[in-house]
Amino acid sequence: MRRYLADRAFAALGLVGLLAALAALAALLLDVILDGAPRLSWQFLTSYPSRFAASAGILPAILGTFYVIVLTGVMAVPVGVAAAVYLEEYGAQGRLGRVIEINIANLAGVPSIVYGLLGLGLFVRALALGRSVVAGAATLALLVLPVVILATREALRAVPKSLREGSYALGATQWQTTQHQVLPAALPGILTGVILALSRAIGETAPLIIVGAVAYVRFVPDSLWSPFTVLPIQIFNWVSRPQAGFAENAAAGIIVLLVMLVLMNGAAILIRDRFQRRRIA
Amino acid sequence: MTEVKIAADGVNFYYGAKRALHDIRVAIRPHVVTAFIGPSGCGKSTFLRTLNRMNDLIPDTRLEGSIRIDGQDIYAPSVDVVALRRRVGMVFQKSNPFPKSIVENVAYGLKINRIANGRADLSHRVEESLKAAALWDEVKDRLHEPALSLSGGQQQRLCIARALAIKPDIVLMDEPASALDPIATQRIEELIYQLKDKYTIVIVTHNMQQAARVSDFTAFFWLGRMVEYDETRKIFTAPAEKLTEDYVTGRFG
Repeated sequence: MRRYLADRAFAALGLVGLLAALAALAALLLDVILDGAPRLSWQFLTSYPSRFAASAGILPAILGTFYVIVLTGVMAVPVGVAAAVYLEEYGAQGRLGRVIEINIANLAGVPSIVYGLLGLGLFVRALALGRSVVAGAATLALLVLPVVILATREALRAVPKSLREGSYALGATQWQTTQHQVLPAALPGILTGVILALSRAIGETAPLIIVGAVAYVRFVPDSLWSPFTVLPIQIFNWVSRPQAGFAENAAAGIIVLLVMLVLMNGAAILIRDRFQRRRIA
Repeated sequence: MTEVKIAADGVNFYYGAKRALHDIRVAIRPHVVTAFIGPSGCGKSTFLRTLNRMNDLIPDTRLEGSIRIDGQDIYAPSVDVVALRRRVGMVFQKSNPFPKSIVENVAYGLKINRIANGRADLSHRVEESLKAAALWDEVKDRLHEPALSLSGGQQQRLCIARALAIKPDIVLMDEPASALDPIATQRIEELIYQLKDKYTIVIVTHNMQQAARVSDFTAFFWLGRMVEYDETRKIFTAPAEKLTEDYVTGRFG
């Protein structure tokens, strides 16, 4: 009898855990929506920051976030996938491979502010990219690179050996096998990793503050070399102001950030599912 | 002197420190079916996979001795392994169609080896290969459906079609019917029988009746050694070795 009791007790415990997590999320969402929803308007989305809370808007931050994230993806994904393919399919087997893998896993855990300092020293100063969109994106690309590499490696490892053997047995070269069989089979897993990586990047604040994103940008970034701001920084800036109006702006900004995240993840999941269906179904 | 397609001499094979093959010596004739039989772990699959250098893909393995196909040492440093695998096709124990459409599965080898001359030739060759694998009538109306929607037996015949498409000389089959039901197995066996006019076929099987039915020559492996190699009829009726007799009569294995 006791083991049935334990069984039910564990189910109850699990349910409590789930409810606690959901309740915390619901409270957060509710609080943000109550504060911010009234402030959401076309004017808010299309205006520039202002000293006056009521006329301040979030347009430069939305576009800044968009540009930075797209550019981060463009830089981090090809490099990360190529590195993972090399590690997993070509070289670095055995001891050396393990040493490299442990180091990459450690890099994935390094606090983001450290990447900010690296970005400041390397991109802003040494490469003289200035406090620009490209410097910010390059910094975030470095930050998410380990995550992309690890996720891609994991996805490549999950591709069955029989698929590779089937291709080699038909006289395929290693690159043909990788290109036509292994990468397509691993793509859903790679995309999941990329989504996670970019979702992390979109919420990053600290490294971009160090690299020099500024909260008060009165224009839309018009080139890769422009100064810029992003949503988390704009939100942080508003939160730290004493006037009540700015707190509402911050809450509205959080809603915008969350919607962008949901849209981004949703799109990626849709692409992934479509791809999976086409291959297996 | 009889014609020889594949000649192995003094072949030893190691997985790391573990020795899996001991001094294998065999001469396989062209356009016949040769079966490798023996209990699990006796080295028959390992030896089969040395013939198209599939074992090269396993890290930390080593081969000694020589294997010649049409007189050419396939382990010589100058050998192009990719070209070798084009000549020596392989069908695996577990059918492994690519997660693509039926037609793409067969076209893959033609495309990567740049064999076909344009679209018409490509589809002609695909049809020809599917017919050769006795699959065409079942799939001709659904060529663009996913290969994984086929039944297990159909998937295995698709893998055979895929291997035949690139026109190899030799087809290696590693227990091609072990995961199939008796009817699907019978179709594969009939197919093997039809294919031997055009191809040299080497088949690994742990099913002795299957070896007796489909093969002309049989090699019996035991603990990494080739105990006996002769005409199938002789192996099953009057083997020279006591060990072979015990195995084929089911006394162990």
